[in-house]
Amino acid sequence: MPELLMGNEAIARGALEAGIRVATAYPGTPASEIMATLMRFGPGAGVYAEWSVNEKVAVEIAAGAAYAGARAMASMKQMGLNVAADAVMSLAYIGVKGGLVLVVADDPGPHSSQTEQDTRLFARFAKLPVLDPSCPREAYEMTKYAFDLSETLGLPVIVRPTTRTCHACQDVALGTIPPRPPVPGFEKDPRWVIMPSLSARQHVWLNRQQRRAGEEFTNSPFNEVRLNSPAGVITSGLSYYYVTEAGEHLGVKLSLLKIGTPYPLPEKLVVNFLKQVERVLIVEEQEPVVEDQVIRLAWRHRLPVEIDGKHNGYLPREGEFNPDIVAAALARFLAIQPAGTPDRPGTPTLPARPPLLCAGCPHRGSFYAFKQAARDRKVILTGDIGCYTLGAAPPLEAMDTCLCMGAGLGLAQGLARVQPDTRLVAFVGDSTFFHAGLPPLVNAVHQQTPIVVVVLDNETTAMTGHQPHPGLATGTRQKKIDISQVARACGVETILTADPLNLEETLAVANQALAAPGPALVILRHPCPQVAKPAGRYQVDETACIGCHTCIKELGCPALRPDGNGVQIAATCTGCGLCSQICPVAAIEEVV
Amino acid sequence: MDILIAGVGGQGIILASRAIGAAALKTGLQVRTAETIGMAQREGSVVSHVRLGPTTTGPLIPRGRADILLALEPAEACRYLGYLKPDGRALISTTPVVPVMASLGATPYPLDDILGYLRNNIAGCHFLAAPDLACQAGSHRALNMVMLGALTNLDLPFPAETLLAAALKLLPDRVHEVNRRAFQLGKQALEV
Repeated sequence: MPELLMGNEAIARGALEAGIRVATAYPGTPASEIMATLMRFGPGAGVYAEWSVNEKVAVEIAAGAAYAGARAMASMKQMGLNVAADAVMSLAYIGVKGGLVLVVADDPGPHSSQTEQDTRLFARFAKLPVLDPSCPREAYEMTKYAFDLSETLGLPVIVRPTTRTCHACQDVALGTIPPRPPVPGFEKDPRWVIMPSLSARQHVWLNRQQRRAGEEFTNSPFNEVRLNSPAGVITSGLSYYYVTEAGEHLGVKLSLLKIGTPYPLPEKLVVNFLKQVERVLIVEEQEPVVEDQVIRLAWRHRLPVEIDGKHNGYLPREGEFNPDIVAAALARFLAIQPAGTPDRPGTPTLPARPPLLCAGCPHRGSFYAFKQAARDRKVILTGDIGCYTLGAAPPLEAMDTCLCMGAGLGLAQGLARVQPDTRLVAFVGDSTFFHAGLPPLVNAVHQQTPIVVVVLDNETTAMTGHQPHPGLATGTRQKKIDISQVARACGVETILTADPLNLEETLAVANQALAAPGPALVILRHPCPQVAKPAGRYQVDETACIGCHTCIKELGCPALRPDGNGVQIAATCTGCGLCSQICPVAAIEEVV
Repeated sequence: MDILIAGVGGQGIILASRAIGAAALKTGLQVRTAETIGMAQREGSVVSHVRLGPTTTGPLIPRGRADILLALEPAEACRYLGYLKPDGRALISTTPVVPVMASLGATPYPLDDILGYLRNNIAGCHFLAAPDLACQAGSHRALNMVMLGALTNLDLPFPAETLLAAALKLLPDRVHEVNRRAFQLGKQALEV
């Protein structure tokens, strides 16, 4: 009986069946559930699984295991690969002994990311083979195969699902999880020590492996050819299903080349296909990775085929595809009328519904207090990546910049150098602090740049689904790293702590930090309400409420809503009490 | 059968789509779903696509092709109505979740217009005060179960009991009673 698995669960299952020994990851949407699944089922199967401090460390740990001949996997989101890039680029030259698979999840849209970068393009840049699954079933099969391929080529292999595979569920028929094979062991050899002379030799080898990988892919079951008409489609990854569904609805039979191995492209397969068709539409999400390679092949082989795709505007290079975008492109390519959609005129104006900090979120108190403290000063608030990025939204508007993991601390130092009259406050989450906040903190102390670093410590990695981090000890064999001790050891002289749901205390700490002469670090600690039990509930005393709506206007808590001339507190209240602390007439009280 | 589930982050839409998927699988159908996970889960607009039956298609339902729109919030029903086919049916919870931006007066929330528009533009439209029934069952958080219970009246390819069992399997034991009650209240609310 097949099981209903999310793409990420299917990938984890594939890795377990392939006999991995070590799995590492740093949380990031849409990849997080891969490691969450391995944490659940890995240890029972003899797999060491960990949430690593960041993606670079995760890749290095997995590579170490693979150096000893064990199978290992590191999973991350697409921007995590940027963090790990230093290790990955060099690893391509050095190669591996045991199978090493990097699962890198892309997020076209983007739904939960800063960029729409295409990991297939990164794979080409790094000269690593990449597999592009079209659905959870294929993601499961590809993950298993990726370990064999990695060992055949001696190279790390990238599996690149997108959001609609990671966060899609499908019935998947599963195999068995075999016992872990023995680890051959690390053999001392100069091949593991990268030096310019070795790199020069290995670059020749690496380029040769590109051709070998392309040949391997010629007969891959992940690539599929159907010849039906002189008009053809070449498609990679998830787009395959959009093409087949659109073809069915338009009632057309096309020649089709489904590509599961977009880099290196299997040349023979593609050239043979191009010889059988007169025109071809290339349908792939994100960058024209396959399209560019097809154009190059058609030119080199002097093939008189018309190639349509992103370069001549049939399909967009930005945003996420969907069945409608692909159906429209296909209809245009075939010069037929696209299928209509029902017309229901007169849609009322709908409320915007952007994501928000949850009811009871401690970040709300942190931002409110720092905004208050900054009122009579010239202050820039730099932010970072996490739930707290949502503090940029009205009414808090407590974030002036957000760039990438850990960047708030660096940006603050640059701004401070050119605006000495401005105080710089860098907000960073607890997990982000460990991930990318340590080097810029050391830098600020060493250079004595007077920034205030505020660690918003909700004792979890909240945005990605509540994973642990080094500031917590969730396993029996883990050691908890204390953020204030780290700061002290780095030489920070002003270190302050407060509970952000206590506004008076937090405001006092904010004022003290802003008045400090050198770099200061403030820890605002309160557990995330999605994890901790609610403290209780608050209610509005209707006789005392004057209907000023200060609570709603200042805090923007989703549990508060106007109710005629008063305020109603919804059942989603967790009892954080911030609204009662700012009510000018003390009309909000705890439910006892 | 294609079902689009729409609502607000935190209403339990992922559980609803997983339960439908698991029930369909139990019945021997193939399943594809697409869920909203990530930033939008924090009070944002969320949607799940659930596709049951032979799947030569992707996880996303094309516009104008969903058989059923299951909406846990009226404005979200309106936002995703374009996915419903002309003769499709809808089951809509009528209680609004007013976004903070609307509370602040920065964005409108014309509830009466929205409900009127839905009523006039969907042939098979069923309204339900689902949060009231959830509270009656014992928890406002059982809203998704009320809606799943009501959904069983719309000719699903599996019996109500299969869906209830699949949903309870995704929940901890201690909340089974409340959720079973919520499911039954939803089911009865729409029975003819």
